[in-house]
Amino acid sequence: MAESGIGASVRRKEDNRFLTGKGRYTDDINRHGQAYAYFLLSPHARAKINGIDTSAAKQAPGVVGVFTAADLAADGVGGPICGWVVTQKNGEPHKSPAVSALASDRINFAGEQVAVVVAETLTQAKDAAELIEVDYDVQQAVTKMKDSLSSSAPQLHDDVPGNLCFDWEIGDKAATDAAFANAHHVTKIDILNNRLIPNAMETRAAIGDYDSGTETMTLYTTSQNPHVARLVLAAFMGLGPENKLRVVAPDVGGGFGSKIYVYRDEIVTLWAAKKLDRPVKWVADRSAAFLTDAHGRDHDTHAELAVDKDGTFLGLRVSTLANVGAHNQIFSTATPSYLYGCLLAGQYKTPAVYGEVKTVFTNTAPVDAYRGAGRPEATFVVERLVDKTARELGMDATDLRRKNFIPKDQFPYQSPCLVQYDSGDFNLLLDRAKEVIDYDGFAARRQESAARGKLRGLGLSCWIEACGLAPSAVVGALGGGVGQWESANIKFNPTGSVTVFTGSHSHGQGHETVYAQIVSDQLGVPFDSVEVVHGDTAVVPFGMGTYGSRSGPVGGGAIYKAAQKIIEKGRKVAAHLLEASAEDLEYADGTYTVAGTDRTKTLAEVAFAAYVPHNYPLDEVEPGLDETAFFDPANFTFPSGAYFAEVEVDPDTGHVTIMNMIGIDDVGTVMNPMIVHGQLHGGFAQGIGQALYEQCVYDENGQLITGSLMDYCMPRADNFPMFTTEETNQPCPHNPLGVKGCGEAGAIGSPVAMLNAVVDAIGTDIDMPATPEKVWRALQSRAQAAE
Amino acid sequence: MPSVSMTVNGKAVTGEVEGRTLLVEFLRQNLNLTGTHVGCDTSQCGACVVHVNGKSVKSCTTLALQAEGAEVSTIEGMATNGDLHPIQAAFKEHHGLQCGFCTPGMVMSAADLLQQNQDPSETEVREWLEGNICRCTGYQNIVKAIQAASQEMKG
Repeated sequence: MAESGIGASVRRKEDNRFLTGKGRYTDDINRHGQAYAYFLLSPHARAKINGIDTSAAKQAPGVVGVFTAADLAADGVGGPICGWVVTQKNGEPHKSPAVSALASDRINFAGEQVAVVVAETLTQAKDAAELIEVDYDVQQAVTKMKDSLSSSAPQLHDDVPGNLCFDWEIGDKAATDAAFANAHHVTKIDILNNRLIPNAMETRAAIGDYDSGTETMTLYTTSQNPHVARLVLAAFMGLGPENKLRVVAPDVGGGFGSKIYVYRDEIVTLWAAKKLDRPVKWVADRSAAFLTDAHGRDHDTHAELAVDKDGTFLGLRVSTLANVGAHNQIFSTATPSYLYGCLLAGQYKTPAVYGEVKTVFTNTAPVDAYRGAGRPEATFVVERLVDKTARELGMDATDLRRKNFIPKDQFPYQSPCLVQYDSGDFNLLLDRAKEVIDYDGFAARRQESAARGKLRGLGLSCWIEACGLAPSAVVGALGGGVGQWESANIKFNPTGSVTVFTGSHSHGQGHETVYAQIVSDQLGVPFDSVEVVHGDTAVVPFGMGTYGSRSGPVGGGAIYKAAQKIIEKGRKVAAHLLEASAEDLEYADGTYTVAGTDRTKTLAEVAFAAYVPHNYPLDEVEPGLDETAFFDPANFTFPSGAYFAEVEVDPDTGHVTIMNMIGIDDVGTVMNPMIVHGQLHGGFAQGIGQALYEQCVYDENGQLITGSLMDYCMPRADNFPMFTTEETNQPCPHNPLGVKGCGEAGAIGSPVAMLNAVVDAIGTDIDMPATPEKVWRALQSRAQAAE
Repeated sequence: MPSVSMTVNGKAVTGEVEGRTLLVEFLRQNLNLTGTHVGCDTSQCGACVVHVNGKSVKSCTTLALQAEGAEVSTIEGMATNGDLHPIQAAFKEHHGLQCGFCTPGMVMSAADLLQQNQDPSETEVREWLEGNICRCTGYQNIVKAIQAASQEMKG
């Protein structure tokens, strides 16, 4: 392994600029003469708008424009869209209400954008926004899913009867019912998967810029997928044509899914720049981020597992309500359907699985894909249920799982939930996890804790997920609006350095480093000679962006393919320069050698000849060394893992102390272990955040109670111990690098391991987050029940 | 508008500000020192940490006028002649950053810790960072980086 090649923990190229304050995030960009936008957000969760009077605001000092939905409608500007059609049980498509870019006549969540003020300074814009008079007819909000589905519930959208977005199913109901009819034992569980707020540290931001000379618009924005943003803005929001629209996503300060979507404020900022013919900057403050960013999770599930006498799983039945909030967004239908239901079989050979999901509109912010997107929810259902089953059967939690694992020799394995798992070795993962946590030593550790008056618990999760979004044909068949290949362009410069253009876009994952490793590895050029360019539609031809742990398996696959095309073109040029036949050339580490001789040409020499063709076969090969490739995988990738959490609960306070958290992951080939482990650590923190700390709360009037970092418990450094992460690498068989993806894994497997540990400690079921109050109450209830 | 003068990264600066102008706004907008970030509006996240007269402060909760006459240092002043400060170098070596947005505040906060405690334990580092939120790293490699830097700086 070369020091900078695939598999090396190369230190990151991007770090120097981030560490010296030279990162360039959207708010760091200023355009000459820019004005500032501030959005007036609805203070009510449900209201009819009788009228909006902006006259006073328009007269306020420094104001250059005040706009409402009527202004946008006059220019034909559209609002957020849904990107995935889910076919319901009855064969009809899901309901997707039309949404405008500013609220027109109705408010459906607190924080919904009502008007925008553009002024010379931000403070002037804020001051003027206070002068806007909105005549609201405030109505009772509905925030809970079951309430929203009741016949007496208010209707959020005229075209969505009963507030039901879709009623969808997966699996074989008849076979599952039959399995339950013959079961020795059925374990049942009710689960709430708590609603989360992503909270990337950089809030969303946008700068609209219009060049009236060329009639070209530029949007600088905090996007995980700038090309998709451009496509959507041009095709659906009336802000094209695409050849006159450039989207630039500079350095992006975290996303976790929340920056996939094209939001209302971004649409309006771009439009306002054109309207006013001057640059307009908008940056969300944290309060606005809490109110308007897409939230995550929010499921209410009943699940049952049917087992035979010896613990063999016979059937799994799952019924879920999923909150989509006020309206749909790009992945808000895909996340609680295919990205959830397809993983309900977990790591187990359960022969019959049936899941049904109803998604519900409520007067809350939209809910969409958040790190893991459906797969943490599925894993939580399966692994809570399996754990409870072990308890009810009196079996060891690891033995019960092992008994039901899909054996290593049965891959590819057709799951009863549509997908075909490609590879895995679940026993290997569990064996190693038991060693690392010292499973056999737990009883003694529990005793030792008990001697100190503490309750110790050990929790396990054996999980599998589907990522590397996505095989276009599969996604298309399931209703996805776009295929999800990725592109790469590798360009040798005449003097031998290399520029790589990728449609993936890093928001912290280190693409500039990892992609350079792939190119350095394949083309034999020094790591430092490779520059990775991303995030600008004017420079990168096209791309699908970064989400669903796709940048390694799909984006990396495209770069690998482009590198092979470079090698093949270079071979023809080298053959000419060496006066040999191309078939006689051997290629290794950036050098072509005439077989059996010491006559060689490096790729750098070939590149020079290709651009400066003094001696070049112009009649046979075009000049230049510049190749583009697209990679569209045949299947999803299927990372899997075995995670243990060990906790100690103080029964007097309900406080949970994490004693240990370990994860053994199969993420396929690892390109940069340092970065992979960093991704896993971050996933652990977000997953444990969900299990122990984080909870988005709306009150009965739809007011966001947890609307700041003082109210929403973001994990801090002192909440965690040092994690242990290891990998067992079963290469993915259907992408050229063998990569499976690691961005979401930690957040998928860790919440349920942590909650199982708390349940093991306190001896009773509990919902996430297991806050001290909730744990203490659970212990009190248990004590009272025992009396 | 009142005028404010201070020394930023060793350089004397003067600017016109409103009474309500925050130090972070003065740094970012007047001086174009955009390495100091704003991540929240409740003084929780610590992305805006700078040093004022040698102590770490949250520049989102400090008025520019409060820094009148002060010595201010920001992330842009940490490296010398292109060489990373040992804390910056340790963050790179130990992968203590991912998206980089919280990083300037983390580095500045860590620098104050290591002024006060040359050999902090893991627990001391974690507790010190209570006012700095990172959403990417799980903090593990930040803690490792700060401890490694402390050893490097002790010599």
